[in-house]
Amino acid sequence: MENASIFVIMVSAVLVNNFVLSRFLGICPFLGVSKQVETAFGMGMAVTFVMTMAGTLTYFVHHYILVKLGLEFLQTAAFILVIASLVQFVEIVLQKMSPTLYQALGVFLPLITTNCAVLGLALLNIQYDFGLIQTIVHSFFAAIGFSMAIVLFAGIREKLEISDVPLPFKGFPIALITASLMSIAFLGFTGLV
Amino acid sequence: MNIKNFTNGLIKENPIFVQLLGMCPTLAVTTSAVNGIGMGLATTAVLISSNAVISILRKFIPAKVRIPAFVVIIASFVTIVGMLMEAFTPSLFTALGLFIPLIVVNCIILARAESFAYKNGLVASLMDGAGMGLGFTLGLFVLGSVRELFGNGTIFDVSLLGANYKPALIMILPPGAFLALGILLALYNVVQIKSSK
Repeated sequence: MENASIFVIMVSAVLVNNFVLSRFLGICPFLGVSKQVETAFGMGMAVTFVMTMAGTLTYFVHHYILVKLGLEFLQTAAFILVIASLVQFVEIVLQKMSPTLYQALGVFLPLITTNCAVLGLALLNIQYDFGLIQTIVHSFFAAIGFSMAIVLFAGIREKLEISDVPLPFKGFPIALITASLMSIAFLGFTGLV
Repeated sequence: MNIKNFTNGLIKENPIFVQLLGMCPTLAVTTSAVNGIGMGLATTAVLISSNAVISILRKFIPAKVRIPAFVVIIASFVTIVGMLMEAFTPSLFTALGLFIPLIVVNCIILARAESFAYKNGLVASLMDGAGMGLGFTLGLFVLGSVRELFGNGTIFDVSLLGANYKPALIMILPPGAFLALGILLALYNVVQIKSSK
């Protein structure tokens, strides 16, 4: 993947290796915040915002601090701290700069710290040895892939609410089976790149 | 009392089947029974250690910065467990890959730190960590076994369904994870409904 072109990274992040449906990253918000399309969209936007920034920031932290000091083994601890402070920072800035956006995204922001998609993304970027541009593109489009999956899923779940589901399948079981069917659909993209 | 803390997490408040916590590793690594157990035990080790340390330090950690403090403690233990696994069980380490560092963001660990270890003594916290961790391991093992059985015809690489069985590859692929967990949860609900009647 070292010299993968930007376009390949884009297609791969959104469709082929979709973060939720084939990598299993960010399942908690995917199942938890997908009852309504509107909130799912809000969550998607908040995640996109944080993931793009976190991906870029951890790139600098890794290459200019950890590698320079020979502290790569602290990667996990350093990244999670960067992400946690970033989320806090974004929350404070949004509150001051754009109250409307804060109201829309506010409730989702604290949840993002424990969203494994963000930390997973940061670790994957390093694993694939991406350059700065590739890191930014990959971060942004992986987040778009996440948002797309969660919005589509919320659309289906809204319909499920009014349908007659057998009692033992009500709630999570039917949601998981729906996710399975979506995942089968996304398997169709395998081999695209 | 302490025994109750232990059995609580094992069945009554099983992290996977009842609390639905830690879904990412649950779905991602359960392609085989061995992987499920490996992931479960790694998480258990982190959970017991972090619960113990947080319980000891609970009087010194100010409430305002407790979440960052928890995260740092958990991240340190995850790093240690990761290094140990890389050294002693390299094949498991490769199979679990990305999901070992991701134990840090496993909601179970933070949830136990916040709701149990920060409020209870050392022994109770150790018991709670062990119970929750083993409950998680049990869930991963069940899910991993089901997927391995249908997807490969084996459990622990021992063939159970005979040579004529055609493996349903889909169970090993990502959709199978969602499907198997969905059906297991439904079965769990059936038992719950039956026993409450």
